Amino acid sequence: MTGGLGTIVRAGVGRRRVQTLVMGLTTTLAVTAAVLAAGLIVASEGPFDHAFNRMRGAHLSARFDSSQITPAQVSATARARQVTTAAGPYPLVSVKPTPVDTDGGLPPGIQLADLTVVGRQPGGPVDDLTLTKGRWATKPGEIVMSAHNEPFVLGNTMRFPGVPGDRLFKVVGIARSAGETADAWVPRTTIPSLTAPGSRADYQMLYRFETASTHAQMDADRTAIAALAPGRSLVGVQPWLKVRLAATRVSATFAPFIVAFGILGLIMSILVIGIVVGGAVAAGTRRIGILKSLGFTPGQVVRAHLGQALIPGGAGTLLGLVFGNLVAIPVLGDTAEVYGVGRAGIAPWVDVLVAAVALLTIAAGAWVPARRAGNLRTVEAITMGRTPSRDRGRVARRMLGRLPLPRPLTLGLATPFARPGRSATMAVAVAVGTIGATFGIGLALSLNGVQSGINLRSPGDVVVGDPTSAVNTEKVDAAITRQPGTGQWFNSAEANLGVAGLAGSTTVISYQGDSSWASWQMIRGRWFHGTGEVVTASGFLRATGTRIGDSIALVNGSRSSTVKIVGEALDVRQEGMLIVLDRTSIAPLQPRIDPLSYRFNVRLKPGVDRDDYIEAANRDLEPLGVSATRNSNKLSDTVVSMDALAGALTVLLLSVAGLGVLNTAVLDTRERVRDLGVLKALGMSPRQTTAMVITSVAGVGLIAGVIGVPIGVAVHGVVLPIMGHAAGTDIPAVDAAVYDLPLVIPLLLGGLVIATAGALLPAGWAARTRTAIALRTE
Amino acid sequence: MEKTTGSEAGPLISISHLTKRYEAGDPALSDLTLEIRRGEAPAVLGPSGSGKSTLLNMIAGLDRPDEGTVTVDGVRVDRLGEAGSAKYRRATIGMVFQFFNLLDDLTVQDNVLLPAQLAGMPRAKARERALELLADLGIEQYRGTFPGRLSGGERQRVALARALMNRPPLILADEPTGALDRASAGSVVRLIRELNERGQTILLVTHDTGLAASCATRTIELVDGRLVRDGAAVTQ
Repeated sequence: MTGGLGTIVRAGVGRRRVQTLVMGLTTTLAVTAAVLAAGLIVASEGPFDHAFNRMRGAHLSARFDSSQITPAQVSATARARQVTTAAGPYPLVSVKPTPVDTDGGLPPGIQLADLTVVGRQPGGPVDDLTLTKGRWATKPGEIVMSAHNEPFVLGNTMRFPGVPGDRLFKVVGIARSAGETADAWVPRTTIPSLTAPGSRADYQMLYRFETASTHAQMDADRTAIAALAPGRSLVGVQPWLKVRLAATRVSATFAPFIVAFGILGLIMSILVIGIVVGGAVAAGTRRIGILKSLGFTPGQVVRAHLGQALIPGGAGTLLGLVFGNLVAIPVLGDTAEVYGVGRAGIAPWVDVLVAAVALLTIAAGAWVPARRAGNLRTVEAITMGRTPSRDRGRVARRMLGRLPLPRPLTLGLATPFARPGRSATMAVAVAVGTIGATFGIGLALSLNGVQSGINLRSPGDVVVGDPTSAVNTEKVDAAITRQPGTGQWFNSAEANLGVAGLAGSTTVISYQGDSSWASWQMIRGRWFHGTGEVVTASGFLRATGTRIGDSIALVNGSRSSTVKIVGEALDVRQEGMLIVLDRTSIAPLQPRIDPLSYRFNVRLKPGVDRDDYIEAANRDLEPLGVSATRNSNKLSDTVVSMDALAGALTVLLLSVAGLGVLNTAVLDTRERVRDLGVLKALGMSPRQTTAMVITSVAGVGLIAGVIGVPIGVAVHGVVLPIMGHAAGTDIPAVDAAVYDLPLVIPLLLGGLVIATAGALLPAGWAARTRTAIALRTE
Repeated sequence: MEKTTGSEAGPLISISHLTKRYEAGDPALSDLTLEIRRGEAPAVLGPSGSGKSTLLNMIAGLDRPDEGTVTVDGVRVDRLGEAGSAKYRRATIGMVFQFFNLLDDLTVQDNVLLPAQLAGMPRAKARERALELLADLGIEQYRGTFPGRLSGGERQRVALARALMNRPPLILADEPTGALDRASAGSVVRLIRELNERGQTILLVTHDTGLAASCATRTIELVDGRLVRDGAAVTQ
């Protein structure tokens, strides 16, 4: 840039401080959101998929009942439509380990939940196991644990009671399976020593498919496999999407709404930069004329205006990159350990790409008005000066003048028609701000609704829990019953049970007592009533391919019990792999209930003082090793983070929209400063002047708000379910329907508020401007 | 609005020891004292930089003096704030500018209606008054026309109609013929004279002695912000 041109650019940037600030802030917002969004998408999708493909992960692992199918028939299922590669069959057993020596970890002698142990070696065309520690098991008594099965570490020993020989097994390696197809692996020849007398090892078959990226595709793939297997021999499947969901849940949940804000920020950025540079050209027309008369070429004028946009735009891009990367650190932290290839920060190429796109966008936004400036004829530019075309808006001004409103208001309402292009751009900027506010507020309300729904898992006024040792439930029950203030109550506790067809165990929460008042927030169906009915979370239904009305078999060793799914409840713990039921439903399975998981939820009779109740109850309960406390639900850290992030992005978007209005109002006011002087000379008071300037943007703001709100509601309607799916749950309709009248009305007025806030400063300036100075300005 | 003294019999404008400095150096107005009675049409004369426009701004409440007082129709103009000045201008002043200062995107009638609308005059009454003025000044046929389509003389007539809209006791005219050709200037001069003959007080600010001679009843001459002559109108 030549010295002369550089001086012009610097002077332009320095002279238009408001516009420069607006451009810088807008770009900062857009780049921050874009970096976060792109970074999250990459972090949530890239590393897992990369690792999964590198390890030829199994899209589906299937378990076949060996009493109904031969190994040859299992192998034949590999010919199913869509299957590209298959591996197996491998022998598979479900066994309960008892720790022997865990080096101070698990207490020796306790019986743990079922482990799915598969007899195989690493390698093969599907699910290449990666050894992360130790070595592979080569002889009897050696076992390799899955990296996702945390309690056991290298060198630990365990037994499997009930299997032939009761051999001691030593963990000699830790391995990772991309599709988490088993909890442990042993040499194929070891499987008979892990098979209980009178039972047979089942078969595991692993498949990769041509298309397996959606649940619908996975359902189709599963059906194709089942069709080739005799009878009901296919007793369970585990789709890879469940594992993928668990690995990418946190970042994937954040991504959809940040993407939405990123898009809004980008649109806002283009609009505001267009307004600002366009305004700079309009306001500097006379200056352009003077520069050209001094010998500046059209190209130099264009470059000067591009420079005036790119300097604040470049600074905003830099700041946005810094903020985006800083905000990404806590958000992406959870994905850092995913398969050893996740990153705790934004990939550098994302920064480079976002910066390049942002700068190109700014240059493109500035190019049109800059080119117009370059093409202005010198004489026209000098004579046109800063007065807008008087031909535009006359009809509107005349029509509006007939409205039964004070004249300053009708004058203000007509102002946008003098610069229809600029006004339309400002309207879109305000509309984008309103969309952001509508979406952001709706999102926060929905998230809080979801949180309240999740909190329904622990109902009542008082909770009795925190056992320090095994609880004598009968005594606790009796103590609670004795309290005169007790209304309704139940206890709940957790157990791990197998589900036919699923690897590993599933958490089962069982209720005892009157739980009719304790329904979780239901997505579909209803709460369970009595024996044989269960409620599950969405993740379980997806993982098992089951629906409400289906029956599933709960398994504990050789015992099994069939229960019917009657409802889908809201829960995101353990990727939604939860079953809730009445304890009588699992009594025949004789499950081992975690003695430390007992909780007693009590609803007090009306009028009972909670603190008095707790004091009285604790006198009876504390000797039993439990204590009563107020039931206070907390907000999850994820919801708090999302609320904070959505709030910050909304405020930033609104601020930029307000700054866009401010910039427009400043330009309009400066262009009409002579008119302002005339009106003040004719007796327009400061209050009337303020009203006129505010009205000049308020009408546009109101219309923009009315347009923006339904779009914001639509964005919410699209993004929220995507976030829910990323978190592994559907969103209950009651949490999605947050836009009621008391919320919509203020939102509709949001555009008016943004416009008014943005115009306050120039309105004040206009009101304070000395009439004599205003009249001299022209 | 603070109204101190002032009666129909007293001076309409009373200026006492008025001084105004814009920057360090010689004042734009220095210790100026003068009175203007109702019905007069004085012309303030002087070369560029003599303080004519500053004096007009002080009387119109567009600017504030550093020292001294300005009282118009009993109102201490130098003490008014922005809101008070606006009310004062609506009620007391009608302004006519050299370059007309009409709002180009309003029709002639809408321009003329503006002072009444800002003052909150009932719509029908304002419209009746505007039509009366437009007819009186011979520009009734242009009431729906935009100012850009009128000649300079016609525009200045519109400006005069606008200035008279609220029946102000004082018209301030700043070089009212400065941007007009000879014929148009002549017609505006006649108009000013007629208005004054009907009792309208008009303060002319001009460097054109010809204009002063044509329609002023008194001549006030300023040089370097000081009053150097105050007397009967000069004749051509």
